[in-house]
Amino acid sequence: MANELIELDKLGMIYEAASGPVEALADISLSVGAGEFVSLVGPSGCGKSTLLRIVAGLRPATTGTVSVAGRRVTKPINDIGMVFQAPILLKWRTILENVLLPAELAGKDARALRGRALELLEMAELHGFADKLPRELSGGMQQRASLCRALLLDPPLLLMDEPFGALDAMTRDDMALELLRIWGERDLAREARKTVLFVTHSISEAVFLSDRVVVMSPRPGRIAADLKIDLPRPRTVELRASEAFGRLNLEIFRILTGRSSAGMLG
Amino acid sequence: MTKFAGLSRQYWPTLVLFAFLLASWQAAVSFGGIREYLLPAPLSVWNALWHGDTSWGQHIWTTTLEIVGAFFMAAIVGVALGVAIAWSPLLANALVPFLVFVNTLPKVAIAPLFLIWMGYGIFPNMLMGALIGFFPVVINTAVGLSQVEADMLDLGRVFSAPKWKIFLKIRLPNALPYILSALKITATAAVVGAIVGEFVASQRGLGYVIVATQSSMNTSVAFAALIWISAVGLALYGLVVVVARLWAPWAEGID
Ligand SMILES: Nc1ncnc2c1ncn2[C@@H]1O[C@H](COP(=O)(O)OP(=O)(O)O)[C@@H](O)[C@H]1O
Ligand SMILES: [Mg+2]
Repeated sequence: MANELIELDKLGMIYEAASGPVEALADISLSVGAGEFVSLVGPSGCGKSTLLRIVAGLRPATTGTVSVAGRRVTKPINDIGMVFQAPILLKWRTILENVLLPAELAGKDARALRGRALELLEMAELHGFADKLPRELSGGMQQRASLCRALLLDPPLLLMDEPFGALDAMTRDDMALELLRIWGERDLAREARKTVLFVTHSISEAVFLSDRVVVMSPRPGRIAADLKIDLPRPRTVELRASEAFGRLNLEIFRILTGRSSAGMLG
Repeated sequence: MTKFAGLSRQYWPTLVLFAFLLASWQAAVSFGGIREYLLPAPLSVWNALWHGDTSWGQHIWTTTLEIVGAFFMAAIVGVALGVAIAWSPLLANALVPFLVFVNTLPKVAIAPLFLIWMGYGIFPNMLMGALIGFFPVVINTAVGLSQVEADMLDLGRVFSAPKWKIFLKIRLPNALPYILSALKITATAAVVGAIVGEFVASQRGLGYVIVATQSSMNTSVAFAALIWISAVGLALYGLVVVVARLWAPWAEGID
């Protein structure tokens, strides 16, 4: 806990909607350590996307404070990579040009980053597709390209909002393994890995990927539980069949559905 | 070859119907005793198209100039107004009601005013075409510029991209297919406008030819002028379609 990257303190968020105020988040206090992979799970509408946007500085919280790397967040922070549920690639740009977009938007020399962009595409197994338009790629491939785009400027923090939510189940499981590989689960020391805040509503996906799973209650989103996932890394396909994996899944399921888990974990 | 085969399979019913109509038209005139000034035979229209006393080259040139001028005027002014509306809510509030008003005016009724203000000439007719054709460009430009995913705009904010950069790199290319699609409508409207302008005030042009045949009862020439007008219109429309395909190939199926 010595090296916290994200600190949320008593965060609350109320939207002023036309139909009246909507309380999206209440009393969220949470710390995420550098290099940690933390998933947020919770029912739809509980404020997960809102929380990510507040951390990114894209929206101010109504109450409470956010700091990232020791600095109070008051405006959009530049040192992050974002991946959304849709790949949102620009249709008129090739995959390579899409991956290079953050450099252009941030006013950096895109040509100098070409080599890095190609490396990222290679790592995401998209080397043959650098010069293709997005529509020539499958949904999973497009999402991998959008991950490359998020990684281009080598941000220490990745915010991912249901990035695999639109993919079919099999592609989804593949993408989870792929993400861990790109994250450096096998070849990077813990401190060298990026910090990831990963939103999903798939319990098993959260358990499979994370060091910690934060479970949120229905709206207004509060932290209902914060579970450490002590499964060995690197995670493997076989892990999904293990008893420990199943037990964690069940526990989170019970918290989410509000059923007691006492007897089960005994 | 297969492409040609595919095309001919798609279009043979049209061609057969067209040939049938032509043949019945010719038959009706030849054997039905319809008088030439009411309905000229296809063959005399064909002759009027290429020969006769009309100096077609000059009229076609004038009308084409008006149509093309109207098209570019509508395109440039339309895109500029669309950009203004999408750029600033203040400008949008100021411009939109006014533009809607202009668009609801029956443009044909303004043509005589153009004659009073600007006299005879090519320019008032261009202006008429532009006036009829600019509105869809304004709307589509504004819509295309604002139909950008919120997440994409967030991405721009995360990298502190200035507004103009988002505009050039994201909004404008995003609007391109919408603009090109509106320009297809503009191409048609420019033809209507140019001809209306010529009907009201002109000394030259294909619309003028049609008006002039009213007094001479030379109906086959009027038919020939009609055919030339649609040839010019079709050519412009086809050009816009081709340019749209080349310029925004990713946009297939937007319109
Ligand atoms: N811009 C907004 N204005 C008003 N209400 C909003 C807005 N964005 C989200 N909400 C509401 O806040 C709640 C949380 O939304 P969101 O953060 O998207 O939840 P999640 O991502 O967990 O599904 C929802 O009830 C949603 O309707
Ligand atoms: Mg969401």
